[in-house]
Amino acid sequence: MDNFKRFCLGVACCLALALTGMPPARADDFSGLESGDFDQVCASITGLAGSGNPQAVTVLEALEQHALFFAPAGGLFIVHGQTYTDARTGQAVATPPDGVKPIKLNNRVRKALASAQAELALASSQAQERQKAADLLYVRHDPAFLPALDHALASEKNTQVHLHLLRARAATLLAQPAEGAGSVDARIGAVKALESVGGLEARGLLAAVAAADVEAPGVRKAAADAVAHIDWHLRVWNVLQNAFYGLSYGSVLLLAATGLAITFGVMGVINMAHGELMMIGAYVTWMVQQAIRGTVPALEPVSILVAIPVAFGVCGALGVLIERGLIRFLYGRPLETLLATWGLSLVLQQAVRSIFGPTNIAVQTPSWLSGSVSVGGMDITLNRLAILVFAFAVLGGLMLVLRRTALGLEMRAVTQNRRMAALMGIRTPRVDALAFGLGAGLAGLAGVAVSQIDNVSPNLGQSYIIDSFMGVVFGGGGNLWGTLAAAMALGMGGKVLEPTVGAVSAKIAILVLVILYIQRHPRGMFPVRGRGVES
Amino acid sequence: MPVTPFNLSRRAFGRLALASSAAVVGAAYRPGVALAAAPKGEPIKVGILHSLSGTMAISETTLKDVMLMLIEEQNRKGGLLGRPLQAVVVDPASNWPLFAEKARQLLSVDKASAVFGCWTSVSRKSVLPVFEELNGILFYPVQYEGQECSRNIFYTGAAPNQQAIPAVDYLLSEDGGGAKRFALVGTDYVYPRTTNQILVNYLKSKGIKEEDILVNYTPFGQSDWQTIVSQIKAFGSAGKKTAVVSTINGDANVPFYKELGNQGISATDIPVMAFSVGEEELAGMDTKPLVGQLAAWNYFESIDTPANQNFIKQWHAYTKNPKRTTNDPMEAHYIGFNMWVQAVTKAGTTDHDKVIDAMIGVRQPNLTGGIAEMLPDHHLTKPVYIGEIQDDGQFSVVWKTPQLVPGQAWSPWVPETKDLVGDWRKPIACGNYNTVSKSCLGARHG
Repeated sequence: MDNFKRFCLGVACCLALALTGMPPARADDFSGLESGDFDQVCASITGLAGSGNPQAVTVLEALEQHALFFAPAGGLFIVHGQTYTDARTGQAVATPPDGVKPIKLNNRVRKALASAQAELALASSQAQERQKAADLLYVRHDPAFLPALDHALASEKNTQVHLHLLRARAATLLAQPAEGAGSVDARIGAVKALESVGGLEARGLLAAVAAADVEAPGVRKAAADAVAHIDWHLRVWNVLQNAFYGLSYGSVLLLAATGLAITFGVMGVINMAHGELMMIGAYVTWMVQQAIRGTVPALEPVSILVAIPVAFGVCGALGVLIERGLIRFLYGRPLETLLATWGLSLVLQQAVRSIFGPTNIAVQTPSWLSGSVSVGGMDITLNRLAILVFAFAVLGGLMLVLRRTALGLEMRAVTQNRRMAALMGIRTPRVDALAFGLGAGLAGLAGVAVSQIDNVSPNLGQSYIIDSFMGVVFGGGGNLWGTLAAAMALGMGGKVLEPTVGAVSAKIAILVLVILYIQRHPRGMFPVRGRGVES
Repeated sequence: MPVTPFNLSRRAFGRLALASSAAVVGAAYRPGVALAAAPKGEPIKVGILHSLSGTMAISETTLKDVMLMLIEEQNRKGGLLGRPLQAVVVDPASNWPLFAEKARQLLSVDKASAVFGCWTSVSRKSVLPVFEELNGILFYPVQYEGQECSRNIFYTGAAPNQQAIPAVDYLLSEDGGGAKRFALVGTDYVYPRTTNQILVNYLKSKGIKEEDILVNYTPFGQSDWQTIVSQIKAFGSAGKKTAVVSTINGDANVPFYKELGNQGISATDIPVMAFSVGEEELAGMDTKPLVGQLAAWNYFESIDTPANQNFIKQWHAYTKNPKRTTNDPMEAHYIGFNMWVQAVTKAGTTDHDKVIDAMIGVRQPNLTGGIAEMLPDHHLTKPVYIGEIQDDGQFSVVWKTPQLVPGQAWSPWVPETKDLVGDWRKPIACGNYNTVSKSCLGARHG
């Protein structure tokens, strides 16, 4: 009822102002916004949300979108393009005063703004909106919103939203200093409620309660127990979470290494420019994105899908070119190939640097690849999930090519025994060129994937070349199953070690382990077998 | 007219302009555009020692370009001492030993009167003995870890007390969120390690407990931040307001921020204060999920002063690219170059010893307001700004230090150096003078 009265009062005030045409009173709910002082802006935002002023929703929305301006002489305006609206009355202004400036936001203001908007949204007619608001107030658990939550709870009919409101109320109650914030029983009830919610948010709040001196001993003990319970849950989920991280990191390594495994396996060529082919794949992704943005902006969200075949084609063609122009002269001389491809990698890097500039370029991540979904106690980030799926799709596709096509058959034949294959009438130079092109194309695909998680600059390739070599050698040069096993082992190993020993030591430890393994099994985990292999 | 918010798109179109500007290397003097009397006589050589290839080219190429622009402008104004300036550009290719070689070449073969260069601390450490041996002058434009004070180097970037300490003060303040728990995340090399050592001591002096400080290092070029970001998330769930202080270097920032955004950590929950993220780094990112994340610098492109507007206009005209960003180290070179011009004019010669002595006390207006002064320890007075990332890839300044902050070569928060000061004026003339024992530690500079 209180809010309703304030609402009526606000409407009456506005009407009175509009009728008399008086300038707006100086000290109203809005005046803090004009001050340019973050303290007062925050106070004003919270005040507005509670005031029931009919302009509150519009004004706060404008503030969020940087569309709320103030004049130094007083006066608040919502500005959209060239149209000015008086924020207090909602009426259009024909001649805006000089020197209006946007109201600046900082984190504190943004926080107050989000809470204020959530408070207003509690009265929304959409159940979904109300639930979102309740969740936000749960995360913020600002004691100032307890009355608003009580008010919303009293009138909420939707059981789902009611549940979320209860959670928010429990968190808000516990966030208050102990005195005068509910009886011990009420607080223990709130602790229990949060314990059943679980998660990092609840854990943080309960840990603070457990450590607070002013809290009753019973409440503190309940909170400490709840923290221990939640921690146990989190630990279990943490194992799964780390497993996902390992899989995801492994899938990136897998993508980077499969192309290398093909060239190394079929031709025994160590291609040091493999990373640069990935980099070119990432740049192709960017160019496709720019082209689509310039021609058919509606297709922009799927430009990344368009980029996949384009990058494969461009890098594949480049690969054939490299093989025909450089590598075929160097067969049987592994050291020279290594040096030549390393030189090529420097040339490609500097070429890209000269054409596109040395700085990062922004490959956009479409919204359907941003953010994360929660599964129980773990967060699955969508871009990583997509790369995981993509990596396995690429691997599957490659298996099909190798097992079911004539080219695959010829490549396997050449891998197993080059001379015998040649004697059987297989044109090995053609197989070499196509295999190198296939490997380069796969590098291009890896580039498309990497552009979604890493920065795209001429240096991109360097950071992946060592890891992909490790994958190929550890797996047993040229065997795809070996590469898969190696990439996943390296990824999992790294991500399991990282939280305990730190990222630097984890990297060292993995290298030492790989060296030890290679010493015992010089041919890797899944060595290629065949009669001609020994030569 | 209303002041519309800064709305520069950060997309990297037309990078070709860079390639074309690289073509003017060494040809900074153009007689056709002279306004004042065309300078005559033996040119004064200015060395530019920035990597144009390799890992660091991403940051350093811009500084080479800004130096060429400044030199060209000075020649248009009549040169220096009536003589033209000539840029000598060398490429140390992000290779630390090569930095020392190229520095030696600039000083002994080209006889450069001053050298502007280096970005990473390791490159500076590698050229320092060369500059001291051959008595050269180096202007170093990047914020760094301090703990060094050479007679032959002028540090025009921020010392830790001009960036890290004010930034942490802001995080501790109410506006900054009143953080009580700090995760110090950095790349594993000398700058983050020294800065974090200073910050840990400083935080403890502010009453932050040992268990509320998490220090984490990652290798160069770290691209998979999943476990570390979730570690930060867990660290932030202890019931205390948590902030992250990031000394993550260069390329690793993009995947770090992407992971933060994807795991749903927003600036209102756990703010991240970065010391190495500027406008250039943001150019490669979609900044919408990062709105509100913080950076501390002595210069932001978005600061609206006439001097800064002019500088940006000049930069866009010079690079023929209206989308090129400006950043903090560029301003440092702008200040350093103009100070050197003043000192040479004051000394009436390019003689290294005379110019080094004339540098102290030289004053040059900052682009963002206030006047920078060269202090006796070869550091500058600087304003410190805290900026929040906006969705257009620019920073909006939310806080600044009330006064200019004088740089300190030696940190009072490191036990071994708390009594040291640098003072290159006579009679002390020492880079590491111990104020307690009243003695100079001698030629060791850090």
